[in-house]
Amino acid sequence: MNADVRDPAARESAGPAPLVVHNLRVGFGGRAGGSEVVHGVSFEVAAGECLAIVGESGSGKSVTARSLLGLAGAGSWMTADRLELHGTSVVSSTEAAWRARRGKSVGLVLQDALVSLDPLRPIGREIGDSLRLHTNLGAAARGRRVIELLDAVGLPDPHLRVHQRSGELSGGERQRALIAAAIALDPPLLIADEPTTALDVTVQAQILDLFREITRRGTALVLISHDLAVVSHVADRVAVMSEGRIVETGRTAQVLADPAHPETRRMVAAVPADRPRGTRLSVPHGVSERPISPSRPAEPTLPERPVVLERPVVLEATGLVKGFRRPDGTRHAAVDDVSFTLVRGTTLGIVGESGSGKTTTARLVLALSTPERGDVRVLGQPFTTASVRERRRLRASVGAIYQDALGSFDPRLSVGQILRSAVAGPHGTRRATGTTRVAEVRRISELRRVAELLDGVGLPATVLTRRPLELSGGQRQRVGIARALASTPQILICDEPVSSLDVSVQAQVLDLLDELQRELDLSLVFISHDLGVVQHVSDRVAVMQRGAIVELGDAGQVFGDPRHPYTRRLVRAVPRLA
Amino acid sequence: MSGDIRLPAADAAPTPLHDRARRFTAPEVVAGAAALFFVLAAVVPQWVAPGNPLGINPLSAFQPPSFAHGFGTDESGRDIYTRVVHGTGSSLLIGAAATAIGLGLGIVLGTLAGMFGPVVDFTVNRVLEVLFAFPGLLLALLFILVFGPGVITATIAVGLSTAPGYARIIRAQLIAVRRSAYVEAATVQGLGRTQILLRHILPNTLAPLFVLATLGVGQAIVWAATLSYLGLGAEPPTAEWGAMLSAGRTYITSAWWMSFFPGLFIVLIAVTATVLGRSLDRRLRHA
Repeated sequence: MNADVRDPAARESAGPAPLVVHNLRVGFGGRAGGSEVVHGVSFEVAAGECLAIVGESGSGKSVTARSLLGLAGAGSWMTADRLELHGTSVVSSTEAAWRARRGKSVGLVLQDALVSLDPLRPIGREIGDSLRLHTNLGAAARGRRVIELLDAVGLPDPHLRVHQRSGELSGGERQRALIAAAIALDPPLLIADEPTTALDVTVQAQILDLFREITRRGTALVLISHDLAVVSHVADRVAVMSEGRIVETGRTAQVLADPAHPETRRMVAAVPADRPRGTRLSVPHGVSERPISPSRPAEPTLPERPVVLERPVVLEATGLVKGFRRPDGTRHAAVDDVSFTLVRGTTLGIVGESGSGKTTTARLVLALSTPERGDVRVLGQPFTTASVRERRRLRASVGAIYQDALGSFDPRLSVGQILRSAVAGPHGTRRATGTTRVAEVRRISELRRVAELLDGVGLPATVLTRRPLELSGGQRQRVGIARALASTPQILICDEPVSSLDVSVQAQVLDLLDELQRELDLSLVFISHDLGVVQHVSDRVAVMQRGAIVELGDAGQVFGDPRHPYTRRLVRAVPRLA
Repeated sequence: MSGDIRLPAADAAPTPLHDRARRFTAPEVVAGAAALFFVLAAVVPQWVAPGNPLGINPLSAFQPPSFAHGFGTDESGRDIYTRVVHGTGSSLLIGAAATAIGLGLGIVLGTLAGMFGPVVDFTVNRVLEVLFAFPGLLLALLFILVFGPGVITATIAVGLSTAPGYARIIRAQLIAVRRSAYVEAATVQGLGRTQILLRHILPNTLAPLFVLATLGVGQAIVWAATLSYLGLGAEPPTAEWGAMLSAGRTYITSAWWMSFFPGLFIVLIAVTATVLGRSLDRRLRHA
């Protein structure tokens, strides 16, 4: 973290560095040690330079970023040997002094533009606020400046957009508006906290381009992210944070090519894009969340798995159509003539951006909603067109994993109760009323099966008495997988199973799914908006756009030689390590 | 910059919440003690106050609170303390019965609206809206107007006037639970409609109602006392708080204790129910 790793172009710029941080410590509650969450980090950012601070949630990266604006939060304290914004020391600034500086000498871009913008005010007013507070521009001049800003962040028709409210904009447009607000006063330093996490890949790529453009104009940028691949194209330098410390820092290319610290190596390895099927993403380390047992060897790479296409088709969707009525009465086809087959032991990836009909397709395949046309066959038997009784019998063969694992568990039940009822299956309550001895034997065999499932997903038996609410995101998803496997299904429908997880936890869950697929000869439908993930897990890939499959083929072909223009655009936008 | 890496902080489980939720706060302890007293007074009033609540003694009428008569005496020389204690049972009973009626009716209406399709939902909702148009107490008064005053009609009247509120809450809760991801997950597991209803929907819909019921008992007691005070519920000389309050009204300038102590108990029982209800709510939420 010395000046020598700075970009030569940036060094030329005159004046003091936009940001110098030396031995910054941040904590909550009393000053007496224990509550400290950032343990003395140091870095500086030059004009026109982009520094990415990457780390898992809880590593202290967001707290660090917010401290740079005096926004660490209620009950927080901060000390530093040096904390200088554009040459001015701000270590002991009062709240009033911070307020004068925010927006003017340092701007902030937040993750969720939907909640960061006032839903009742037009975005023009929202963006004009900082101009009104910090400049003496008249109303007309402010209006012109706002339109300039919206134009600068690439929002089409800015003179119309200023009158829209945040609800009328798409996710990418909202993020652009937020960036426009942050750069309104042309602050020399911009801090962006996970600015693209909630966005689709193509939109994410556009926003990253915009950031690159902003740094080219001489603004210093601190980019916070949990995803190394996302920042690798924008950042000149990377600082990896873990447990409140910067464990590694250096030029982006050098850190990616030769990561020195185990934490960095873990993050680099967890990026799924361009990693062939079967490559382990998670690097086991000292105390892994998942103990390594003899049945689960820890070798980093597993042998290439032969894909045999002559195997039987286990799932077949034909001509699925499902529409919804819009509020204005017009019909909108959420799923429009979708057909695919799933071969035993393989993974079909379904990829597309939000609103493309992926989740509706999953719901149709699971017979949670009835298609208007078309049908789904499971193991050669009719599924969606079957009688309720027949379908219930077949459901044991089809498991499901959801994005929101927590929401998919009955909040009253403990993990043990959830798994036992899944093991007992639909007839559990009826059969449990047998004689005491039969019930006892059943109880024991159920408990044995629960233990087996827990071991299979790498969870300790201690989670049995806990409720899902008390578990971490990765543990919850493991419980979700264990429940899906309880009925020994042959097909697993995974709807965005890793989308709400950190990259390194995502890596562990993807590895687990891969192992289970090999062990149990599972067939997977894997739905995700993340092309990198889909590329990593899939044998075949279906690309969805506006309810239709626009391209369907082998993963290698779809990603290596995309035919449809939309696929090409998607593939180009995948975050890869630079 | 030491090299030791421990468990990834990223996936650390949130700290268990129930440690904080399980500790009793001072108001909860006081409310618990008060509830114990009220239950004792309701079940075995002769232990708490050995005298006769209806025993007339004209010689000691209108006595202010003293060592002999802690809460003083009324116009017929009856001991107010004894009467207040002996009135607890009927007050609690009226409160509980009214809440049970309101809740029962609410469950029926709410389940109809939430479970049996748009036509039933529409109809029930319009009925509820008509009921909502009248303030609760006015609805109770209307009912008494039709069926005549008395303890039983007052109880039913109070129950009836609280029913629309419960029905609305149950309907909303039912719809939310029915659309929840865990009900879908149960469907995917192959559970039938009845099983899902019994295992997931009903328990998750009804659990929050215990809290509401506890809060509701306090309200129902106040309303029942109001009706008695208006002379539409229990009638003198029954030892009932509302009726005692009403009897004391005539002498409020000379014998304040006649209305003060029954009123105090109404307030105390309502506060107790509210504190316990909130504490229950907090515990269920964090459990």
